[in-house]
Amino acid sequence: MDETIKSRINTASLRAYVMIAVLGLIWAYFHWATESIFLTPRNLSNLMTQMSVTGILAVGMLMVIVSGNIDLSVGSVLGFAGGMAAWALAAGYSLPTAILLAIAVCVVIGLVHGVLTSYLNIPAFIVTLGGLLAWRGAVKWLLSGNTIPISDESFKAIGQSYVGSSVGWVLAALAIAFVLVMAIQRARSIKAYGLGEANYGGELLRSILPVGAIIAFIWVMNSYEGKGVPIPVLIFVAVALFGAFMTTSTTFGRYLYAIGGNADAARLSGIDNRRNVLKVYMILGALTGLAALIFAGRVGSATPDAGTLKELDAIAACVIGGASLVGGRGTIFGACLGALIMASLDNGMSLLNVRDFMQDIIKGSILVAAVGLDMFGRKQS
Amino acid sequence: MALLEMRGIVKEFPGVKALDGVSFALGAGEFHSLVGENGAGKSTLMKVLSGVYPHGSYEGDILIDDTVRSFRNIRDSEAAGVSIIFQELSLVKELTVGENIFLGKEPSRFGIINWTELYHKASNLLRDLNLEIDPRIPVGNLGIGQQQLVEIAKALSKDARILVLDEPTAALTESEVETLFNILEKLRSRGVGMIYISHKLDEVFRMSDRITVLRDGRTVGTHAAAELTKDKVIAAMVGREVGDIFPKPEHEFGETAIEVKSLNVFSTDRPDKALVSDVSFAVRKGEVLGIAGLMGAGRSELLMAIFGAWKGKFGREISVAGRPVTISSPADAIANGIGFVTEDRKRFGLILEQTILDNMTLAGLKSISGRFVCNRTRESIAADGPMKSLRIKANSPLSIAGTLSGGNQQKVVLGKWLLTRPKVLFLDEPTRGIDVGAKQEIYAEINRLAKEGMAIVLVSSELPEVLGLSDRIMVLHDGRVTGEFARSEATPEKVMAAATGSN
Repeated sequence: MDETIKSRINTASLRAYVMIAVLGLIWAYFHWATESIFLTPRNLSNLMTQMSVTGILAVGMLMVIVSGNIDLSVGSVLGFAGGMAAWALAAGYSLPTAILLAIAVCVVIGLVHGVLTSYLNIPAFIVTLGGLLAWRGAVKWLLSGNTIPISDESFKAIGQSYVGSSVGWVLAALAIAFVLVMAIQRARSIKAYGLGEANYGGELLRSILPVGAIIAFIWVMNSYEGKGVPIPVLIFVAVALFGAFMTTSTTFGRYLYAIGGNADAARLSGIDNRRNVLKVYMILGALTGLAALIFAGRVGSATPDAGTLKELDAIAACVIGGASLVGGRGTIFGACLGALIMASLDNGMSLLNVRDFMQDIIKGSILVAAVGLDMFGRKQS
Repeated sequence: MALLEMRGIVKEFPGVKALDGVSFALGAGEFHSLVGENGAGKSTLMKVLSGVYPHGSYEGDILIDDTVRSFRNIRDSEAAGVSIIFQELSLVKELTVGENIFLGKEPSRFGIINWTELYHKASNLLRDLNLEIDPRIPVGNLGIGQQQLVEIAKALSKDARILVLDEPTAALTESEVETLFNILEKLRSRGVGMIYISHKLDEVFRMSDRITVLRDGRTVGTHAAAELTKDKVIAAMVGREVGDIFPKPEHEFGETAIEVKSLNVFSTDRPDKALVSDVSFAVRKGEVLGIAGLMGAGRSELLMAIFGAWKGKFGREISVAGRPVTISSPADAIANGIGFVTEDRKRFGLILEQTILDNMTLAGLKSISGRFVCNRTRESIAADGPMKSLRIKANSPLSIAGTLSGGNQQKVVLGKWLLTRPKVLFLDEPTRGIDVGAKQEIYAEINRLAKEGMAIVLVSSELPEVLGLSDRIMVLHDGRVTGEFARSEATPEKVMAAATGSN
């Protein structure tokens, strides 16, 4: 392997290693400070559940940010979609109808934001700032300022229940099988395209880390009173895999990076910038709908202020994860790690009974420091 | 006594000597024109004079009033009485005429602007130039021509003694040109020395006392305008052997690959201003059509409009391989087998922070990699072809495009378009700012592609390049075709005469 490939892989994964190390430090500190409460299966299960809403939003947000845009409205849209679902259930519609309605509403909102931004050339910041206000107003109107409780147990299950431990192991087995099949496939394709001999041993060696992570994850989740993986976490993992696939392995994902990296060059290369930006807003919309269902299910009600400031958590997760707000740079893995760091701070500081104003000050400072360090590191290299 | 003297100016950029010992002098009240092809070094020389390239970044001396000056920045040169009016206007459109004229030097006390004094001074200045412009209206409300005149008023408010005008009439109507020249005449009588840069030789001969011709970063000569003719100036501008660096292999042409009829293109911010008027042409398989012309002649706009990428108004009829086609977006153009190696690779060609591989496969991604899911292995194999045939010098296809040399970046852009398997290839300034070795390789590639039957449209500001590579040359001046020459009858003089609109 020559120097450039090495240095490229190094700079890309160096970031990831640093972030994982930072997360490790945060966890170690909280574990010590909470007198060994933080790293218990019970707390880790809660932590993962808490991060799933922000994580799902961050996956969609990352794609929007990579394309050089932004969405400030997701918190309000999340509230509105939760309100729609609760309203539909209260009005006697079936559960599937309520779920579909919430997601469809969010996709349509994404469509509206996308059309206004890319076809009518209104800056994304303005469109979604307007959305932030307008959809918050809409949910207050819809709920007449009241909280609607959700009584449907299956709906609440979306946010509150777990898949049993045996199902967890089945999922783990499937995931491990998938990782191994992919590894063999990679080794084969190297040979099939005549790029060298198939290195099965090497590929399998590279699979050890993900396989180990899958087993450890399921084991920890199952250790929490044998409950297994929380449903919200399962949905989040599926969304993250979907996002990673979209951004790294599809033409659509490549176009997003191209549009964010140099919109003129992308356009002149035959890419329909507008349509792709429209699509990415609709995807973020669908994911916001999903997050809204989890959020409402977990709380067990729809409230007029549900999801307030969630947009900032999602954006912060992306930025901490190395995304550039100018566009063209960022990874799903980074955004998810960013969401996990944010959730860990929330969870750990709550365990320590840090006053909430202090929590905000600390989170804000960490966001600015993370981006500052990143800029500094980039300048050095 | 010379007002300004520049002696032995040498300015080097990495790999290119932009100025190589240029000397230039200007007397008080003199109108001195500076002419030369694109890239001859005119703008670089003016940037040296104005301190855009600070003292120390070039060799040689600048003397004003016989004293050596070392400008660190534009402020320094302005303080010494040098004022430059660039092609791109440097006015703030939202501010009023008066605010613009006094931007950065508003009459004020303790930081509080004296608006009465500002507008009083501004209207005196405008009246002095016989301009009927209200200093209180925003500059954006004026036409481009009047904005240009405001720019001159601004220069004069700084007590400019040396006024540099870089293509000042490019955007002006005829009557606005008249107003401009009346003002310049007035300034001359006041002893202001003027350096006038223009491709329009009619204008150059209209007022010049002396004319200096630059070529390839050197002074060809300075002569009194009365001793010169347009032909002599053109000969001096191009006077260079078109040597054997362009071996032109002979081959047969096939049938018509692309035909464009009645192409009209309009300015994006002035929809009434035509940039290209009623141009028609056809290119056959295996033929290289060169489009020559000076800056602002409408060459890039022409290609952009055919490709469906022009943002302003345009209209044309296109047939590809004898079949009429509708091209309303770059995607349509690509689908019809047209490739477009755009000018300015950093702005229009590359995504600098991505890899060579990602850049090269971008335009043809769906056919190379898959409609929806990407296959990286297939991409690597596809990109390997151009990597090797164009001899792109990089450690690997995963090197970041922004870290490559200009020549290699240009090859990546070319490779990107070759991977779309075009039948018609547009090349807009394909060798701008790259080293000689890379130029040769791109020339060889163009000849090879033509031989294989690709129809090529080549836009280049470098006359030897157009003459050496093209089978036929179409010359544009001010958006119109002013000449068309077969390879055998094209000479630098004829092409330059057509390009300056003086044939």
